[in-house]
Amino acid sequence: MSADRTPRTLLLLLVAILAAGPFAPQWTLFLLTVALAKGLVVLGLMMLLRCGLVSFGQALYYCVGAYAAGMLGRLYEVSGVLTLMLAGMAASAAVAFVLGFLLARYRSIFFGLLSLALSMILYGLLVKTETLGSSDGFNVLPSTLFGWRPADAWVRYAVLSVAAVAAFVAALAVHRYLGTPLGRLAPAIKDNEIRVEYMGASARTAIHVKYVIAAALAGLGGALAATTVGHIDPEMAYWTTSGEFIFITILAGTGSVIAPFLGALIFGIIQTVAFDLSPNTWQMVLGASLLLVIVFLPEGLWSLFKRRKIA
Amino acid sequence: MAAILDAQGLQKNFGAVVAASGITAAIERDSVVGLIGTNGAGKTTFINMLTGYLKPDRGRIHYEGRDITDLAPRDITRLGICRSFQIPQLYASLTAFENMMIGIGVVLRNAGRGGFFARGQPLVPGYERLPEDVAERLLERFGLGEYRDKNAQVLPGGIRKLLDIALTMVARPKILLLDEPTSGVSAEEKFQIMEMIMKAVRAEGITVLFVEHDMEVVSRFAERVLAFYDGRIIADAPPQAALADPEVKRFVVGGELRRLDEAAGARRA
Repeated sequence: MSADRTPRTLLLLLVAILAAGPFAPQWTLFLLTVALAKGLVVLGLMMLLRCGLVSFGQALYYCVGAYAAGMLGRLYEVSGVLTLMLAGMAASAAVAFVLGFLLARYRSIFFGLLSLALSMILYGLLVKTETLGSSDGFNVLPSTLFGWRPADAWVRYAVLSVAAVAAFVAALAVHRYLGTPLGRLAPAIKDNEIRVEYMGASARTAIHVKYVIAAALAGLGGALAATTVGHIDPEMAYWTTSGEFIFITILAGTGSVIAPFLGALIFGIIQTVAFDLSPNTWQMVLGASLLLVIVFLPEGLWSLFKRRKIA
Repeated sequence: MAAILDAQGLQKNFGAVVAASGITAAIERDSVVGLIGTNGAGKTTFINMLTGYLKPDRGRIHYEGRDITDLAPRDITRLGICRSFQIPQLYASLTAFENMMIGIGVVLRNAGRGGFFARGQPLVPGYERLPEDVAERLLERFGLGEYRDKNAQVLPGGIRKLLDIALTMVARPKILLLDEPTSGVSAEEKFQIMEMIMKAVRAEGITVLFVEHDMEVVSRFAERVLAFYDGRIIADAPPQAALADPEVKRFVVGGELRRLDEAAGARRA
């Protein structure tokens, strides 16, 4: 067995982001922060996909995380970014824990569509809730770090740093989890649940646990997105948002915990460049790139790195 | 000898079909019991009830004095009753080695070892060796060493059977239920496979129940035979006596011959 290089690579990436940040243009900092937030959601989707489950409604937890963070600021004027992130994670995990009792019973298309339906219920509720700005949403309080608010020129870098550290910790924890016996059960659940039961493990419990972890990651991503963008609206729970996360998951591949962040970054770059070049047909460019990846790299962009390692 | 497993008056109906009708059998520790009977006689229903996959409508099952009738398959497995399958249930996209590692992972988890906060390499309970080591040894013991890195879905039939049984061994079962361990295997290989299984299993002192259609295999390997017909046990005796029983001759062995005739006829047609 080869040595596990993932923790070292993650650390190098973190150091690189923190070191290069002060010299990079502001728009790249924003792009990167959003990519990290979305990458967290995709990290959770990757865990579920390894079990053979596709959640078409992960935006539910992205939105719950964002609203939990936003409402803390709006109702209680809490602005500490760590509190907001923890609140986003906790709110999403709590919702997922309850809904998980239902969802862990379902597989394949039923799991997918049920999760989609639940996210659309939240969308519907938020659109009708006037105190939370209905379909317009509301602006999020600028956040602070232990009561400290950076100078305007440094806000983007500060938020990026927090996002990078959060993503680093989350990716490292998920990586470690995937190496535990319960984490390694994922492909077995995908292949043969009967055998999993007859070996003395509960596939449903394993899926429930992964579902809650995935939701917590999505909640963290949502809270970070709220902090970065400074505005939240029900669109965050809309099905196209879930679709975007699945898009990135397929683009990235499930090979490594680094893949989701890479996928989210490349998605962001393609989106930005395509929108610049052809404002009316940028979706076509996105679609074409996904098509190319599916045809030539069926295991996602991450397979590029795997091949290089073997060579 | 004391009974390790005791089934009392098991009844199971599927609508109007009676799958088990008052099945009573006590299985002694360290014995090897062959289950015979035509298809639909209730052998697999019996195994499915013992492993918790089916709940009997009436009757109780005791294992080492404990009532296990209402436990889920995974809880029964954890107590030490493991089963193999007529059609091997493997993790098709994983290699033989990875299949073993998944099984060992479950054993580790159930023993509370190798969790998120655990430090260092966990040892497999019962073996007190590293997981990789246990996987290799079990594969070797079942003659699967050369298939270590092959995906389960491309393995030949007999090898899949052996891997299926090797997978049950990771939990160090006390009772092993083998559902037709030699079905789909060529006549020459049958004895070879059974020899290998018995050698591996007997070395661990495991009580074995196996479903078998080949009467030669039954009389050679079983110490005791339970003959099923119509959801009932019609004979419970050592192989020679059981196979000589007139009812068994008429309903089971005769039925087997008829079945073989029909199969041959279908092949000719």
